[in-house]
Amino acid sequence: MAEFGHFSLTLAGVMAFVTAILGYVRSDDEHWAAHIGSLVLGTFVFASISFVALVWSFLQDDFSVAYVANHSNSLLPWYYKISATWGGHEGSFVLWILFLCAWTLLVVLRRHNYPVQIYTRVIATLALLNVGFICFCLFTSDPFERLIPMTPADGADLNPLLQDFGLIVHPPMLYAGYVGLAVPFAFAIAALLENRVDALWARWVRPWTNGCWACLTVGITLGSWWAYYELGWGGWWFWDPSENASFMPWLAATALLHSVAVTEKRGAFKSWTLLLAISGFSLSLLGGFIIRSGVLTSVHAFAVDPERGLYILIFLGIVVGSSLLLYAQRAGAYSSQVSYRFLSREFFMLINNAVLMLSLAVVMWGTLSPMGYEALTDGKISLGPPFFNRFFVPLMLVLGVAITLVPVLNWKRTRGDRVLSFLKREGVIALVVSALIAFVVRPDVITVVIGILVAVWIMVTHVLDLFGRLRKNSRQPLSYVGMTIAHFGFACSILGVAITSSQSVEKDVRMVPQEEAMLAGMSVHFNGVTQVRGPNYVAQQGLFVVRDGDSTFELRPEKRRYLAGGAIMTEAGINPGLLADTYIALGEPLEDGAWAVRMHHKPMVRWVWLGALLMAFGGILAIFDVRYRRLRARANSTSSDAPLSGRLVRE
Amino acid sequence: MSFYIPLGVFALIVVVFLLGFGLGNRTELPSALIDKPFPAFAAPDLFQPDQILGRAQIVGRPALVNVWATWCPTCAAEHEMLIKITERADVRLIGINYKDDPTKAIAWLGQFGNPYDLVLVDDQGLLGVELGVYGAPETFLVDPNGSIVYKRVGEVNERIWQQEIKPRLIAMSPDVVHGLDAASR
Repeated sequence: MAEFGHFSLTLAGVMAFVTAILGYVRSDDEHWAAHIGSLVLGTFVFASISFVALVWSFLQDDFSVAYVANHSNSLLPWYYKISATWGGHEGSFVLWILFLCAWTLLVVLRRHNYPVQIYTRVIATLALLNVGFICFCLFTSDPFERLIPMTPADGADLNPLLQDFGLIVHPPMLYAGYVGLAVPFAFAIAALLENRVDALWARWVRPWTNGCWACLTVGITLGSWWAYYELGWGGWWFWDPSENASFMPWLAATALLHSVAVTEKRGAFKSWTLLLAISGFSLSLLGGFIIRSGVLTSVHAFAVDPERGLYILIFLGIVVGSSLLLYAQRAGAYSSQVSYRFLSREFFMLINNAVLMLSLAVVMWGTLSPMGYEALTDGKISLGPPFFNRFFVPLMLVLGVAITLVPVLNWKRTRGDRVLSFLKREGVIALVVSALIAFVVRPDVITVVIGILVAVWIMVTHVLDLFGRLRKNSRQPLSYVGMTIAHFGFACSILGVAITSSQSVEKDVRMVPQEEAMLAGMSVHFNGVTQVRGPNYVAQQGLFVVRDGDSTFELRPEKRRYLAGGAIMTEAGINPGLLADTYIALGEPLEDGAWAVRMHHKPMVRWVWLGALLMAFGGILAIFDVRYRRLRARANSTSSDAPLSGRLVRE
Repeated sequence: MSFYIPLGVFALIVVVFLLGFGLGNRTELPSALIDKPFPAFAAPDLFQPDQILGRAQIVGRPALVNVWATWCPTCAAEHEMLIKITERADVRLIGINYKDDPTKAIAWLGQFGNPYDLVLVDDQGLLGVELGVYGAPETFLVDPNGSIVYKRVGEVNERIWQQEIKPRLIAMSPDVVHGLDAASR
């Protein structure tokens, strides 16, 4: 079976290569364009076969396959056997390739929307990238390699940290987002090759940008949620290099999302949009390099086994270097003169992009400079959360303030008196509501007060605007509804971050059975610890009864020992709630049957993720806007710089 | 021309990484503070916040000043080595708790052990600016006159202790390093 998978992957690579050649060479030939579609379908089918073959090897406990032996175990439940497929380096690249094939196939399905020259070049670029990934997989990290004749009797087990629902769904979403960024990237390359960057081009790119951005958002959210309940520290974001690796492309994609809107509506920001499309995917390659090369654990681990890292670095150099060179030569033609005032959507999009780029620079500096430092000397240092927070909190608040005005702003210019009356009406409501919230939670840090105010203000302006419009006309464009939901989600996240970061209570206590402790006005009764058995682990399970006024609930945190590797894992007991989470984790056993117990009361922590999911939902909703479905008729029209008419949000 | 800037930035990143990986012998970056007096400061004691400590606490005997924080994973890795050093040598170990939450810092020391003779609180990172601290951990070796003799950016490990810190300590006063460890030199 493994050989079959290997063969299919090779075949997929060959087909992708042929696709790329055909796409570039016969780029304006309608006849060949049709064949390219079949080739893409073929690549997808063979990549799927190869992926299924790998999954099958896992389900069959085929420990003669080295990758299976290293990442699975016969005791593992079946669903973890499947998710173990992407639990390691080699398998995640097979999944990565499968996703790239899937995105390419989606572009093929929408081919009638694009002129043939653009279509073929987009497909060719995607196929060429795919060739690079497949070669990487086959030559440096072959998941189908056999351990013959020394076949182990049982596998080494999947890292227990990854044996969890969050880790079944988090990597696929994240990879879908990472790889999805290749589509706007390919459109940017095609546009540069064809010398065609106009409003229509922007309209082609927008749904793809939204799609991959939404995947990335959900992926990052799932990762944060997983870290919260699985690592046992009660934190939800650690500014860890692997987190930052996914956050950097997200920031670029968010900027792209907004910049491409200006390109579509006003024909402005063209070269900037192109650059963002290129950098979004470049950053996801960089993220792949950071995570997959071993520079994370130590820059020197990379130097010891540089094969993979060096391949990615060379691939990165070729892909990013050549596209930036192309950009440098061609983009000069797109400097556009579009006039707009300070109080206009354009200018506020500019603020948005400037803030996001500054944030990106901060994250990049904080992530790469310690690595560069370690590479040049040998000292390993961290800049740490204080560094990131010092810059990030004010940046996000500025972004938030800019968003509050979105509903009142027009393209080009907005009358000052309209903005003033908007500020008065909505501002007063927001002030009153946030004063009430502040009165209840009593924050002692000024940034938290500002955060609450900004979040409530965004919510008020957007909700009032949405209802005002729906009252006039119940059929609003989906792109507008999507944007409103996404901005509302952003506000939810800010509110969650502000409140959970300032109001959380954290207690480390020593408890003996039948002892009671107080946590944020609740009484926590420790009933003791019992031994329980899971499918592939034994656990010490604590039982805590928490009484909050009239309601009581039980929490059962565990300390698990996994049988195959002997690894000890902490499984926190969490009582989730929209207003607050109660979180208990078992620490170390102490003398006399006592345990070190960590208790958290985390108000509104769910809002952080809920907001992010709303953002992603908004992005998805906007894809289904009717104007993207009307593209077909325009596909072969001549290039035009005039802003498109259609159902615009406000004109 | 300005359209070449992204390409330039990218090239720079790649070059730094390639150079870094290619370097066989890594060099220590020189610090502007070497052979300069340890700056004057006023910082509260971690365990007695109402007590303000100053430069006088550092001079007089050889001291290792270690910048650390609970958010820094490398500091946790380095911690064991610091405990070993206090067992091996009669050197004052002074901690600077950098941009951190004092409550967490005290809990952290309770959990992993406290090798420090003194811990100063630098929650705003102001002392860090005076010392040119780039991140955590960083360690300064200060001679009895209060001059900075050596600075280590990154973790102190066995190699740094044996090759960089110990010889300098012995040069300051030979009896600082305990017999057992001194014999192994």
